[in-house]
Amino acid sequence: MNQPASAISQTLDLEAVRRDFPILSQSVNGRPLVYLDNAASTQKPQAVMDAISDYFSTTHSNVHRGAHTLGDQATAAFEGAREKVRGFLNADSTREIVWLRGTTEAINLVANGLVDTLKSGDEILLSHMEHHANIVPWQMLAKRTGAVIKVIAVTESGELDQDSFRELLSERTKVFTITQVSNVLGTINPVKEMVAAARKMGAITLVDGAQAVPHGPVDVQDLDCDFFCFSGHKLYGPTGIGVLYGRYQVLKDWPVFMGGGEMIERVSFEGTTWNECPYRFEAGTPAIAEAIGLGAAIDYMAGLGWHQVAAAERTLNERIQSWLPDFNGLQVIGTAANKAPVVSFVMDGLHPSDLGTLMDQQGIAIRTGHHCAMPLMARFGLPGTARASFAFYNTPEEVDQFFTGLKKIQRLFAE
Amino acid sequence: MTDSTSFTDNPLGSDTRIEDILEGFELLDDWEERYAYIIDLGRKLPPFPEEQRLEQNYVHGCQSQVWLIHQRDPDSGKLYLLIDSDAMIVRGLAAIILAALNAKQPQELLAVDVDQLFKELDLMRHISPTRGNGLRSMVGKIQNIAQTEAA
Repeated sequence: MNQPASAISQTLDLEAVRRDFPILSQSVNGRPLVYLDNAASTQKPQAVMDAISDYFSTTHSNVHRGAHTLGDQATAAFEGAREKVRGFLNADSTREIVWLRGTTEAINLVANGLVDTLKSGDEILLSHMEHHANIVPWQMLAKRTGAVIKVIAVTESGELDQDSFRELLSERTKVFTITQVSNVLGTINPVKEMVAAARKMGAITLVDGAQAVPHGPVDVQDLDCDFFCFSGHKLYGPTGIGVLYGRYQVLKDWPVFMGGGEMIERVSFEGTTWNECPYRFEAGTPAIAEAIGLGAAIDYMAGLGWHQVAAAERTLNERIQSWLPDFNGLQVIGTAANKAPVVSFVMDGLHPSDLGTLMDQQGIAIRTGHHCAMPLMARFGLPGTARASFAFYNTPEEVDQFFTGLKKIQRLFAE
Repeated sequence: MTDSTSFTDNPLGSDTRIEDILEGFELLDDWEERYAYIIDLGRKLPPFPEEQRLEQNYVHGCQSQVWLIHQRDPDSGKLYLLIDSDAMIVRGLAAIILAALNAKQPQELLAVDVDQLFKELDLMRHISPTRGNGLRSMVGKIQNIAQTEAA
């Protein structure tokens, strides 16, 4: 693999990094694009596009079918990508890495697996800051089993209320499912401690890592959760590919989700037996190219250096913080000390949709609305917020452009 | 029942006509001026009767809250519309729509090419089906009303 130009120095050479992401150099509405919707989806480095293109140009064939050379090469590339994900998560074995479409599918797979084990009165513990993807599958499960959903409160600063957690956690808690980083607020949650407490009660634990992985590798053995999931497109990789990590001891007996080819050991009309982990969860032809693209994204990020990425994000956070104290009329939602470079906010007298439209006019892409977290919006008594979410490839100058863009809008409405 | 004067006092579509807005737009150079003008138009929306904030008057598919009511004048046969939103730009765009569609015979209203109008104003993006501000559903709802009234 080509080393990215920027990997040579200790701190990221942002200009070189940005050249690796072709989309960032375009203009929108006559202005240079300032892409601040990274929590929704991150952009892709050329290395990812090349990996996909190379795969289709030279290697493509169906995987795990043997019999011919291309098939072997495609399988090797596909399984090689699985190994990269294993390394990224520090999982014990690739048996624990299931390819799926994304976080949403992963959570649905886990929830579905509990249909026959959860009983009426059992409790599913999650938090008020979950994405709908980590709420709705559990509601569906609760409806089918009679289980009850318990919701950990969120404090005014946008952190998980640990008293509330301790109060709600009990032997009745059969499932504990929590986001590592809030998609709306950027809050980084103390998931390791919470998972440990929940496991002590005997609960199955799941960590939604969708918003965590763009900021750095995860150690699932250290987190010690039963399940961890994320989406490739938030890790600078392709859409349509995601990962479910499952602790082997739990995953090996987990009920299958979808039936079809690949997931079986033997099919007959008298009865069918399931394949080994992780293949038993991968019915049908998988997203081969996308998996390989995700592997390339992991390589690319490792090549840049995750420490450098973290340092770049700290610089962004510091620049954000330097603007906030003197910014009148701006209310930031989510003020945790430990947070990803995300600014969720409302402005006096301005509807988030107005903000979105007028930032877009300036070439600045932000997200507005409820961010698929309506319960959290309700918690703060807001119909929605505007959210600027930064990635390591954003520059401190873009932070300035973001805030001066907001000032411009304030002036427009003051006229 | 909402007082009919709330409808007929609306200057949009009568005193303020779409031709005036089109002319006004021509004088504006950059996005700031254009949107300042749109925001200004939004401030001209007449007050929306509080008692009409009902589910049946709510326009779905918008990021902001949008309300729409109508009344047919029994004498003139004209169709009067009132729109409200909590987002200023949506209010401004609603004002443009009212300038084009309000206080008209239903048949006349149906003859207005709203897409063409937004193209001329270079505001097409706001009415495209991919945009979440619900302008398209707002216009669709008005056209449905006109169709029912014209039948």
